[in-house]
Amino acid sequence: MNPLIKLLLEGGGLSTAQMAQVLNLNEAEVNRQLDQLKKDRLLLGWRPVLNLADEDAGVVRAVIEVRITPERGGGFNRFAERISRFDEVESCYLMSGGYDLLVFVNGTSLQKVAAFVSEKLSTIEGVLSTATHFLLRSYKEQGFLLDVKSEESSRLKVTP
Amino acid sequence: MDTTRFIARHVVNLPKSGIRDFFEVVSKMQDVISLGIGEPDFDTPWHIREAAIYALEKGRTHYTSNLGLIELRRAINRYVEKNFGVSYRPEDEILVTVGVSEALDIAFRALVNPGDKVMFHQPCYVSYHPSITLTHGVAVPVPTYAKDNFALTAAALAAAWQPGSKLLMLNLPCNPTGGTCDRAQIEAIAKFCVEKDLLVLSDEIYSELTFEGGHVSIASLPGMQERTIFLHGFSKAFAMTGWRIGYACGPAALIEAMMKVHQYSMMCASIISQEGAIEALLRGEDGMKSMREQYQRRRDFIVRRFNEIGLKCHLPRGSFYAFPSVEKTGLKETDFAVGLLQAEHVAMVPGSAFGANGAGFCRACFATGYDQLIEAADRIERHVQKLAAKR
Repeated sequence: MNPLIKLLLEGGGLSTAQMAQVLNLNEAEVNRQLDQLKKDRLLLGWRPVLNLADEDAGVVRAVIEVRITPERGGGFNRFAERISRFDEVESCYLMSGGYDLLVFVNGTSLQKVAAFVSEKLSTIEGVLSTATHFLLRSYKEQGFLLDVKSEESSRLKVTP
Repeated sequence: MDTTRFIARHVVNLPKSGIRDFFEVVSKMQDVISLGIGEPDFDTPWHIREAAIYALEKGRTHYTSNLGLIELRRAINRYVEKNFGVSYRPEDEILVTVGVSEALDIAFRALVNPGDKVMFHQPCYVSYHPSITLTHGVAVPVPTYAKDNFALTAAALAAAWQPGSKLLMLNLPCNPTGGTCDRAQIEAIAKFCVEKDLLVLSDEIYSELTFEGGHVSIASLPGMQERTIFLHGFSKAFAMTGWRIGYACGPAALIEAMMKVHQYSMMCASIISQEGAIEALLRGEDGMKSMREQYQRRRDFIVRRFNEIGLKCHLPRGSFYAFPSVEKTGLKETDFAVGLLQAEHVAMVPGSAFGANGAGFCRACFATGYDQLIEAADRIERHVQKLAAKR
């Protein structure tokens, strides 16, 4: 794997100047490599991971199981892409098992999410059924624990 | 009343660890970036911690066999056979101990008669010399040198050897130098041990943290298993320092002798730690490899920075320590370390804490986050530049 990607995945939140130091490159080269990763669509973008419970941001999230009739020639892809384009959709996955697509949706209120499901999602031709589950509480987001305060390190400062 | 007169003479005469003095100074300071910590910065992987919690829930709170849980000894055998190429009978050739430290202590107590000579390479872990003294053995240090990347050479062994030498203590890769030996060097050491009829105590606690060339255990060489006690543990590879869990593998008669001391002093290692250790061996390899990769990148960074700063530093092939020379600053390593701490709040351990021929060097542990390493390197650079300007 590209050393820059490895460093990003370690999640240290380093600046490009710091990454340049670690990788023994100059900062311009790090920026060039980041641009290249974006061009290659390997690096899609940056999103902050927020603790929305603490922020009280008024975001309602739901997971929707969607069953669809695949199309001859296109399979599930055209439907999946069409559904994914809605702004309300955070993520969309093709699944094995009892349903076809798993769709993560968010909205500013329960009504808005419900309206999206009933008016947009379920009316798409080929959608056989939807089952919507509202998220009640989040414990871990993108690898970050939400309710565990990071403790001051209890490591001794000098050990043999 | 003068209570000190009750203290045994050999303990009175035992010098205090040089690290302890340094620790006293560092612990009183705020905002210190410490490169003086001899342990992983990672917490123990959760699946290992969770296995120990589950063991507690199941009521696993009792003594174990003196030798340790048989499931753990079986897992140790499979792990050692796979990774070190040498096999031990779980029934009588493996002893679970409270870290390698206890294994080492009981090995010395079981093997050393007063006056027996014990060879060990230096600079080395702080406890080797005192442990030999505590068992009334005679310590015979063998120097390793920066020019050899701190590998132990058979020539140095031959030069240091004295009549009456009985044991050779190895620690490869080595704390504090990160030095280790390649196969040819280990073979030469093994040949020397056979010639001089030495028993080997091999502390291989950093073996999983060998970055290039692979690790060769002396126990795996022809004819060496019968004259080697292989010591290993979970602290470094699995980030389990506080669990205090390790093991010794060797010929049944020697393990039995160590077990006698162990059963009267320690009885057994903590069952909770043993349960965690089983989990580490069965499912901890991926986590361990990921930590090793991260250490390697940090090593490459900090060693490059030391050399850029002008503190000449060899590339340690193993462990998570860099051992740069501070000779260029014109200061003794203790003065350099104290000056750096006071001026820039960066802690490195003076090399002389690890034996006389660690003089001129400092130990920097790179098991810490990149942001801290980057900042520490910048501060060290600033300090070295200021020292140069003064001269």
